[in-house]
Amino acid sequence: MPADTQQKPVDRRWQRIIQTMLRHNNQSDALIETLHTVQETYGYLDPAVLAAVADRLGIPPARVFGVATFYNHFSLKPKGDHTLVICTGTACHVRGNDQILAWVKEQYHLTPGQTSADNRLSLVEARCVGACALAPVILCDGVLTGKKGYKETTAIIEEWLGHAS
Amino acid sequence: MPREKIDRITAEHRWFLDQFNYHILVCAGLGCPGNDDILRALGQTVRNRQLTDEVLIRKVGCMGLCSAGPLVLIRPGDLMYQKVQPEDAEEIIASLGKKPVERLLLSPDLAFFTRQHKNVLRLSGRIDPESLPDYLVAGGYQALLQALFAMQPTDILRCIQESGLRGRGGAGYPTGLKWSTVARAQGSPKYLICNADEGDPGAFMDRSLLESTPYAILEGMTVAAYAVGASEGFIYVRAEYPLAVQRLKRAIRDAEQNNLLGHSICGSNLNFRVQIRLGAGAFVCGEETALIRSIEGRRGLPRPRPPYPAEKGLRGRPTLINNVETYANIPSVITNGPEWWARLGTDKSRGTKVFALTGTIRNTGLIEVPMGMPLREIVYDIGGGLPGGHALKAVQTGGPSGGCIPAALLDTPVTYESLNELGSIMGSGGMIVIDDSASMVDIVTYFMAFCRDESCGKCTPCRVGTAQIHNLLTKFQNRKATMADLEMLEWLCDLVRNTSLCGLGQSAPNPVLSALRFFRQEFLDCILTDQNHEEVRP
Ligand SMILES: Cc1cc2nc3c(=O)[nH]c(=O)nc-3n(C[C@H](O)[C@H](O)[C@H](O)COP(=O)(O)O)c2cc1C
Ligand code: SF4
Ligand code: FES
Repeated sequence: MPADTQQKPVDRRWQRIIQTMLRHNNQSDALIETLHTVQETYGYLDPAVLAAVADRLGIPPARVFGVATFYNHFSLKPKGDHTLVICTGTACHVRGNDQILAWVKEQYHLTPGQTSADNRLSLVEARCVGACALAPVILCDGVLTGKKGYKETTAIIEEWLGHAS
Repeated sequence: MPREKIDRITAEHRWFLDQFNYHILVCAGLGCPGNDDILRALGQTVRNRQLTDEVLIRKVGCMGLCSAGPLVLIRPGDLMYQKVQPEDAEEIIASLGKKPVERLLLSPDLAFFTRQHKNVLRLSGRIDPESLPDYLVAGGYQALLQALFAMQPTDILRCIQESGLRGRGGAGYPTGLKWSTVARAQGSPKYLICNADEGDPGAFMDRSLLESTPYAILEGMTVAAYAVGASEGFIYVRAEYPLAVQRLKRAIRDAEQNNLLGHSICGSNLNFRVQIRLGAGAFVCGEETALIRSIEGRRGLPRPRPPYPAEKGLRGRPTLINNVETYANIPSVITNGPEWWARLGTDKSRGTKVFALTGTIRNTGLIEVPMGMPLREIVYDIGGGLPGGHALKAVQTGGPSGGCIPAALLDTPVTYESLNELGSIMGSGGMIVIDDSASMVDIVTYFMAFCRDESCGKCTPCRVGTAQIHNLLTKFQNRKATMADLEMLEWLCDLVRNTSLCGLGQSAPNPVLSALRFFRQEFLDCILTDQNHEEVRP
C-alpha cells in the first residue's frame, strides 16, 4: 500500500481529491465531502487513497474507515461494468419491488451490494430515489424506469443486460 | 444600488418573456423521465417551422401530477398535456392558437388541481428552476428585500411567531420559537442548517422543492439568517438526489453573483454564505444532532438533548436547523403577513402542507392542501381514488416513524394533533395509500427491517430491540407466532419506545403499535392455528 500511496500525488484523479480537501482548508470536517469525491473519481473508496486522505487531513486512518463504513452510500469495493439499482423504499415496496428484487437475486445470483464474478453487474439497493410517484422504480446504469409491473420490469432488465456491453 | 439592479434584471427578463406569443413549459424533474427528448423534439419543431420568435420553450420544475407525466403546459391558456412523447411535438406546435390536442389534454377542472391550495408549490412547474430572473419576475426575493430594508430582526421573529408556522420536518416544533431561541443564544458565529436529508423512503416533497424552486429555499434561509444573526449556512442534502444538488449549486452560484448571498447582501449589513453538504445514505442523519455530526465529518451518531442545537449545535455554536419546506414557506409568510398565513389551516396546524401521494392511488404525485383537510378528500377527490377495483385499507403517514389511519377513520382532518391522537404522525409529508390486498403484518415488518438496518447502534434498546421486534414479526409473517409472541411484541415495542436515545428508536415501534391498534385481527390470524382460538380473542 505505501508504494501506492506515494504514487497518488501524480495521479490526475488524486488532484481532484486534493482540490476538494483544499476547498475545506484540509480541515478534518472535510472528510465526508472528500470521500464523496474519492467515490466519484475512483468509483469506490480505494483503501490506499483513504490512507492518503487520512494522512493529509490529519485524521487517524481508523476514523476514516469508521466513517467510510458508517454510510451506506460509500462502497469499499469497485463496481461492475453495469449497475442495477432497485429502489426498496416504501412506495416501491408496496408496488412490488420486493418481488422484482427477489427475481434479480435468483436470476443473477446476487445480493444487494454484490458484484457478479465476471464483474459485469453490480446490484444496489436504494432506500428511495425520490421518484416514488413512479413506483416501482429501478435504475439501469442511471436510467430510470418506473410505473411498470413485474413482467415488464423484469423484461426491461433482461433486455438491458442483453444489449449492454 | 443592488435593489435597482434587481429591478432592472426583473424588467429586462419580463420584457424578454413578453416577446413570445406562446410559452411551452416542460417538466424537467426526476418524476418526468424522458423530458430531455421532449424538450429537444419541441425545440427542433419550433426551429423547423421558424417559430423561434414566437414560441419559447422552457424547462420547469414539477407540476405535481407525476402519474400523468411527462407533463407539458402551454401558456397562455394553461393547457396541460399529459403523457407527452417526443412524437407529439409536431402536433402540439401545430395546434398553437388553434384547437388543443384533445387526446393529450388534461382537464383543468380535475379535482387534483382545483382542490389544492398551492403556496409553497405556487411556482413549482411554472418557472425555470435554474433561472434567477424567472424567480425574480415571479416576485422572488421581495420578501428578503422587505426583511432587510423594512424590518428589524425582532420584527421578523414576531412575524414568524404570529403566523404559527410549525416545522415541516416531522415534529412540528413552532418555528418562531426556535428562531427566537437561536437569536437569543450566546455565542458566535451562529450557524444555520437546512435539513434536506429527506429520509422517509417513499416521500419526495423536499426533492421536488429543491429541484423546482431552489431560490425560494435560499431566500427563506437568508431571511432566517438575518433574523437569528447567522453568518454561515449549510444545506445537508441526500446524495441520492443528484439533480437537486446540481440545481442548488447553480442557484447558490447565481445568488452569490447577484449579491443575494455572500458579503453585504443587497447592500445591507447582512453577510451570509451557504454551502452544500452531501449526505451519504444514513437515515439517522436526518435527526438533527446526528446531522450536525455528519457535517462535522464524523459518523452520524445522535447525542442526547438538551443541549439543543439552538444553543449548542454545529461546532458547539448556536445553530438553527429547519426543514426544506419550512424555509420555503418563509417568503410568503413575510410578504403576505402572518395574519394571511394564519388564516390557512386550523387553529393549531396552520398553513398548507405538501404531501407526496403514493401507493395504490390513481393520481400519484405531489400535492399541497390547507391543513385540516379530511384524508377522505385527499384520497378520493385529489387522489382520484384507488384504481383497478381495489378498496382502501389504510393510509400510512410518517413513514417508518409513523402509523396508519384505517379506512373507517378516513374523515380525520390532517393536522398534527389529530394524526398524533390516532398514533400516527404528520411526519414530513409521505402519504402511502394501502389497498385491501396488502397485509399490514408485511408492511410493519418492512418498516421494522428498515429501522433495524438504519439504527446507528449507539444505544442498546434500539439496536437490539429493533432486531428482536423484527424477528418476532417474521414469525407472524410465517404464521408461526404464539400468543406469548404477541405479548412479547407489545412489551418490546413499549421498551424500545421509552428507552431509546433518539427519535429513530423512540418512534420505530409506531408502525407496529398503530397496526396492532387498528388491525389486531391480522396479527391474531397469524398465530399458530393449533392454539386455542377462544383464548386468543381479546
Ligand atoms: C430518525 C430521524 C430522522 C429525521 N429525518 C428528518 C428528515 O429527513 N428531514 C427533516 O427535515 N427532519 C428530519 N428529522 C427531524 C429533525 O431532527 C429536525 O427536527 C427537523 O429537521 C427540524 O426542522 P423543522 O423544525 O423545520 O421541522 C428526523 C428526526 C429523526 C429522529
Ligand atoms: S435510538 Fe437508535 S438510532 Fe437513535 S441513537 Fe439509539 S441506536 Fe442510534
Ligand atoms: S420509494 Fe422508490 S423512489 Fe421513493
